[in-house]
Amino acid sequence: MILNYLGNFALLFCLIISLVIFITSISSLNNKNSFLKKNLNELLFFKFFFAVLSFSSLIILFVISEFSNETVLNNSHISKPLFYKISGTWGNHEGSLLLWLLVLTFFAFFYYLNSKNRPIDERLLTILFQEVIILGFLFFLLKASNPFNIIYPVPKEGLGLNPILQDPLLAIHPPVLYLGYVTTSIVFSSSLAGLIKGNINNLWAKDIKKWVFISWTFLTLGILLGSIWAYYELGWGGFWFWDPVENISLMPWLSLTALVHCVLALEKRSILHSWTVILSIITFTLGICGTFLVRSGILNSVHTFANDPERGLYILFFLFFLIFLSVFIYFIYEDKFELNNKNLNLYTKETSIILNNWFVMYFLSVILIGTVYPIFLEVLSNEKISVGPPFFNKLIIPFLIPFLIFMSIGPNLKWIKNNYFSKKLKLIIIFILSIILSILVSKFFGNTALNITILLAASLYLFIITIKDLIKKGFKNYSQTISHFGFSLLVLSILLNSIFSSEITSNMRVGDEIKFSNKIIKLQKLENTTEANFLKLIAYFKIEEKNKTELVLEPEIRIYDKPETITSEAAIKTDVFKDRFLVINLVKENEYLNVRYQEKPFMLWIWISAIIISLGGIINIFKKNEKQIL
Amino acid sequence: MYNKKVKLRALFLFLSIATLILTIFLVLKALEENVVYFLSPTEIKNLNETTTEKIRLGGMVKDQSIKINSDKINFIITDFKNEINVTYSGIVPNLFQEGKGVVAEGILRDKNYFKAEKILAKHDENYIPPEVKASLGEK
Repeated sequence: MILNYLGNFALLFCLIISLVIFITSISSLNNKNSFLKKNLNELLFFKFFFAVLSFSSLIILFVISEFSNETVLNNSHISKPLFYKISGTWGNHEGSLLLWLLVLTFFAFFYYLNSKNRPIDERLLTILFQEVIILGFLFFLLKASNPFNIIYPVPKEGLGLNPILQDPLLAIHPPVLYLGYVTTSIVFSSSLAGLIKGNINNLWAKDIKKWVFISWTFLTLGILLGSIWAYYELGWGGFWFWDPVENISLMPWLSLTALVHCVLALEKRSILHSWTVILSIITFTLGICGTFLVRSGILNSVHTFANDPERGLYILFFLFFLIFLSVFIYFIYEDKFELNNKNLNLYTKETSIILNNWFVMYFLSVILIGTVYPIFLEVLSNEKISVGPPFFNKLIIPFLIPFLIFMSIGPNLKWIKNNYFSKKLKLIIIFILSIILSILVSKFFGNTALNITILLAASLYLFIITIKDLIKKGFKNYSQTISHFGFSLLVLSILLNSIFSSEITSNMRVGDEIKFSNKIIKLQKLENTTEANFLKLIAYFKIEEKNKTELVLEPEIRIYDKPETITSEAAIKTDVFKDRFLVINLVKENEYLNVRYQEKPFMLWIWISAIIISLGGIINIFKKNEKQIL
Repeated sequence: MYNKKVKLRALFLFLSIATLILTIFLVLKALEENVVYFLSPTEIKNLNETTTEKIRLGGMVKDQSIKINSDKINFIITDFKNEINVTYSGIVPNLFQEGKGVVAEGILRDKNYFKAEKILAKHDENYIPPEVKASLGEK
């Protein structure tokens, strides 16, 4: 009981400190020896401390199953394992917002500690914008989604956490994703502060670059975790569904990818000042949109929006406020950008970075329209539509081809001026080589689709060139090469996966056999067991293949009672080159089991390549800055 | 006349606008071809002619209507006013149960018979398709 009040008061203290920082920082911007400049560090630390206090009291409330707390009541129950009681803290709307706040206050503190080489006014302004965001979250938390609402009389048992969320990967997926989102807020605040102070230059880019890479790495890993979870938990055997919830996490990732490249151009060549600022604003807005939209349920169904008008309205208001604020600041201080008098040569790294940004922005707008259009159409005309994978595949795959080719050539060009033609022959030879290779692969495996063959060629081209660069250039710029290599591996694995995946679905009884290419799949027996918070039905399947050791797969069905839900646990056998995926389902307690068996080549490589991509980002965070070329 | 920088700016502006127009054109065209409409049984009964395009059919699985044999699952989707028979072979989601909401994607054979290619999972066990909720509210 007392923890409810503790958590709530800690939040109030956060609010008070935030307001103090906000008000005094406005008044002390031009005042050199103000109170704030000496004590800001302590204030930020106390704010972080109170956020930790509030968050830990919510965790403890979950652990001791204190059902006088409304959030605990709605999302937990006594027999749930301890690990999921803890992860349940951020598995719901209120708790996840509190986690956002915690990370926000931490990064505000951390930024101020680590930005001592920046002008003090710019740091103060950054913190000021950071406080605006924090205040927005605090008001939203306290007013519309307080995690510490008290229920009286105290119920004896909670309503439970949705079992498909009771998963170790999904326990760490939101925090990792939030770390990525929240870091973009620092980039956002710092770019607005730099803009006002006229500090957007190569030095600023050098300092903010670390934050951009931290954010990009966390987002990449966060999306990867979510994707792996969807693969083994949702039972469809796919890793990406173009579902609105997925798209909304991909959008900030795309604009962040553009920003990663363009901040490099700003650092090395002092170009693209205003575009960097615009991208920072876009990235942060998309990130905040994502969290809010997913958590408030607007995306899944427009009707949830109407159920809680207060939340929805607040979200819209806050979003528009932030967008207008940043656009307003942008137009007022636009003339403070350093004039750039540099000539752009066509065959340079600068041009390829601009091309990259162009393509990424195209991908971003396709996904944005595909995700948002159905919502608008439903509001405007009450017509319900869905935009599925064919839409995205059709608009994105053809443009991936030139994108991949530019991605291979770009890093091989130099800044400013380039003797491109001396290298031309080698690049062309590799290009022809990869086309021949992809035609051979396509012919050999009987794939006839022309666009797939071309895409295969383009990704092979990037693959070969990045390997060549890794061997030849050694440690020069290797973080970039590693990420690009990872991307080519990702496209290759996804392509091969989609070409060679095969599956069979059937309804089977114990003792039944089905044939699948040269294999025989047999359902041997069923077994019931009781676990801590669910009943388990295990099916034993034997897969026989000539001249090979037989494989036993044991998919499960779990029947949870709080809340009453059935989930399927797929049985997955992962090998280096192929995943074998078997999932079963109960239909109406019938003797027949609904069975789906899939063979998915190169699944493991999809995950590995995403890890390689983020590895490039990690290396970049820890490596020392290179010399300036100016 | 104009220096190089102005020319570069103009080129850049032109390219940006051209890309924008191209993007809008491509997106609209793809939307036109790949949009899947969402209909309820009543809306299907009220259609003048049945389409051969892929649609999504939403409603509740009628009580006692699921029948299963070795290669097919047959059931009835209802919105408590009209009913449609659905046949499906493939894997169903966990929340596919009698008396619960369901969304089926597939092709309409006639006004009483729907061949589903995919049964969609909803993560929420209390999910009811919006039209059904509306018609339940009217009752």
